[in-house]
Amino acid sequence: MDAVVRTEGLYKEYETDAGAVPVLKGIDLAIGMGEFVAVMGPSGSGKSTFMNILGCLDVPTKGRYFLNGRDVGTLSDDQLARLRNEVIGFVFQGFNLLPRANLEDNVSLPLVYCNVQKRERTKKAVEMLEKVGLGKYAKSLPNQISGGQQQRVAIARALVNDPKLILADEPTGNLDTKTSNEIMQLFRELNLEGITIVLVTHEPDIAAYAKRLVKFVDGMLTYDGEVSGAHA
Amino acid sequence: MTGQMLIEAWRAMGANRLRTFLTMLGMVIGVGAVVLMLAIGQGAQYSVEESISSMGSNLFIILSGSSTSGGMRMGAGATPTLTVADAQALSELPEISAVSPAVPGTAQVVYGSNNWSTSVYGTTPAYLTVRNWSVSEGYPFTDSDVRSATRVALIGQTVVDNIFGSEDPVNKIIRIRQSPYLVVGVLSRKGQSLDGRDQDDTILIPVTTAQRKLFGTQFQGSVRFIMAQAASAQMMASAEKEMESLLRQRHHIQEGAESDFTIRNLTALANTAAQATRVMSIMLGAIASISLLVGGIGIMNIMLVSVTERTREIGIRVAIGARRRDIMTQFLLEAVIISISGCTVGVLLGVIGAAAVNRFAEITVVITGISILMAFMVASCVGVFFGFYPARKAALLKPIDALRYQ
Ligand SMILES: Nc1ncnc2c1ncn2[C@@H]1O[C@H](COP(=O)(O)OP(=O)(O)OP(=O)(O)O)[C@@H](O)[C@H]1O
Ligand SMILES: [Mg+2]
Repeated sequence: MDAVVRTEGLYKEYETDAGAVPVLKGIDLAIGMGEFVAVMGPSGSGKSTFMNILGCLDVPTKGRYFLNGRDVGTLSDDQLARLRNEVIGFVFQGFNLLPRANLEDNVSLPLVYCNVQKRERTKKAVEMLEKVGLGKYAKSLPNQISGGQQQRVAIARALVNDPKLILADEPTGNLDTKTSNEIMQLFRELNLEGITIVLVTHEPDIAAYAKRLVKFVDGMLTYDGEVSGAHA
Repeated sequence: MTGQMLIEAWRAMGANRLRTFLTMLGMVIGVGAVVLMLAIGQGAQYSVEESISSMGSNLFIILSGSSTSGGMRMGAGATPTLTVADAQALSELPEISAVSPAVPGTAQVVYGSNNWSTSVYGTTPAYLTVRNWSVSEGYPFTDSDVRSATRVALIGQTVVDNIFGSEDPVNKIIRIRQSPYLVVGVLSRKGQSLDGRDQDDTILIPVTTAQRKLFGTQFQGSVRFIMAQAASAQMMASAEKEMESLLRQRHHIQEGAESDFTIRNLTALANTAAQATRVMSIMLGAIASISLLVGGIGIMNIMLVSVTERTREIGIRVAIGARRRDIMTQFLLEAVIISISGCTVGVLLGVIGAAAVNRFAEITVVITGISILMAFMVASCVGVFFGFYPARKAALLKPIDALRYQ
C-alpha cells in the first residue's frame, strides 16, 4: 500500500438555488509514489473540485480520501493544516503570491507555519529560488517579475517544505507556450527527483509531459491510462 | 514565528498608511483624553487632600447662633453668644484635645512705607495646635500674652512677602490700625484652603488684644467662633455630643429649646468635599473612556474591512499550511499593534496636554505611573476585544471559499 493518494467513491455536490448539483459522482483513483499524472476534461467537469479535495482545501460530500494512507475525513483542522504544510505543495493557475512580500518571504512562508528559524528559512528559500532559476531576484516583489517567473516562485514555495505531492491546477493556463514548456520541464525534473505530481491542464502538449493521464467528463472518470494512448 | 508575524503586521499596516493612521488617531484621541482627564481629576483630588491636611484633623467649628432655628432665621454666627470662657470650659472635656476661640476681622497693616490689608485673627496659642500649624521663625505668643492682652503678632508668609519683602520680620514693629504690634514669629507656609482662600494671608494676635484693643466686642469676652479638636477620630461623635450638652448647660438652654450655637464637623465636611472630587475625577475618566470605546470600534471597523479585503491572502496562507490560530493571531496582532502604538502616542499627547493645562490654566494636574499603565492595559484590551471578532471571522473562513474569493 504505497499509494500517496487514494479516493474511494468520492462524491461532491454543491447546494445551489436549483437544488443540490453533483459535481463529482464517485471517483475511485489511486496514485502511487513518484507518479506524474495529468488530469484533463472539459470545463466544468469537476477537475478543480477534485484537486481541492486532494489538497485538503475542500471536503467531499461522500466517499473517502486517503493521503499517505491516512483517512483525511477523520483529521482535525490543525492536522489538515499540517498536511497542507508538510505533505502537499499547491501550484495555482493564478500564481497566488502575496503581493507585498518579496520573493524570498513568499517562498519561505510555509516554513513560518512550521516554526523554522529565520536563518534556516532564508537559507531554504534562497536555495529553492536558485533551483527554479530565480536566485538573484530574492528581494524583488512579485509584480516586478514576469508571469512565468511568478509561477516559478510559486513552485519554489510549493517545494520549500519538501512535499511528497505537488498539486498543480492549470499551472500553465496563464502562460505562453515557450514559458509553459519551461515550467513543465521543471515539473519533469521534480518528478525525476521522486516527487509525485498531479497536474490539471486543457492542453495535450502539456499533458504529454506526464506519465499517466486521467480524464474527467461530467464528474466521472472516463479514461485512466497511458498519455500517448489518449491521443491515438 | 512571532518575529515574522510582526514584520507581516507591519507590512499590512504599511500597505494602507492613511487608513492605519486614521484608525490609530481614534486610539490616540481616546487614550489622550483619558490620560488628560485622569490627570486633571487626580490633580483636583490632590489639591483637595492637600488643603484638608492643611486644615488640621478631627476639627469642629462652633459658631454662635442656630443654623436651624425656626421662625426668624439669624444665620450661624450672627448673634455673638460664645465667649472665651466657653472655650475654656470646652477644653476641659476629656474628648477634646485643644480649643481655640477666634475673633476675626480685617485690618490694614503697615511696616515702613508698605501697607497691606489682611485678615487678623484674635486667638490663643492653642490655635496653632488645632490647625496643625507651626512657626517657622521666632516664637508663638504665649498664654500670658493672652492674659495680659499684649500687642504681639504672628504673621503669615503672604503678609511677610507684602510688607517685609526680604527683610527679617522677627522683633520688628508693625502697625495694625495705627497701633504698634511686635512681630514675635512667622507662620510656616500653608497654601490654599478648601474654598480657595490664601491661608498665609493672615495675622494672629492674642484674642484678648483683638477684643479689647483692635475690634472691640458686643459684650465682655464674646468671640465669633471656637475651633475644637477631638482627641481622636473615634471620639468625634461623643465629643460633639459632650460639647453640645456642656454649652447648652452653660447657656442655660431649656430642655427641648433650640441651641444658640451650631457645631459643625469640619472634618466630615472636608471628607464630603474630597468625596465629591473623587466622584468628579471618576466621571471625567468615564467620559474620556467613551472616546476610547469609539476608538476601539474604529479598530474593529477597519479590521473587518481588512479581513474582507484580504480574504484571498487568507486563502493562500491556509493553502500553504496556516492553522486557524495562525490566521487569528495575525489579525489580532495587527489590532493590538494599532491600539498599542495609538496608546503610546495618546499617552504622550495626554501628558503634553496635562502639562499645558497646568501651565496655562494653572490647574494642578497629577500623572501617576498607575494611570499610564492602566491606559496601556485598557488599550491592549481594547485591541484584543475589538480585534477578536474580525480575527475570528478571518480564521473561520473555509479555505476553499477564501481562495476562490475575487
Ligand atoms: N462553490 C460552488 N458552488 C456551486 N457550484 C460550484 C462551486 N464551485 C464549482 N461549482 C460548479 O462545479 C462544477 C465543476 O467546477 P470545477 O471548477 O471543478 O470545474 P473544472 O473542471 O475545474 O473546470 P475548468 O476546466 O473550467 O477549470 C462547475 O459546474 C461549477 O459551476
Ligand atoms: Mg478548474
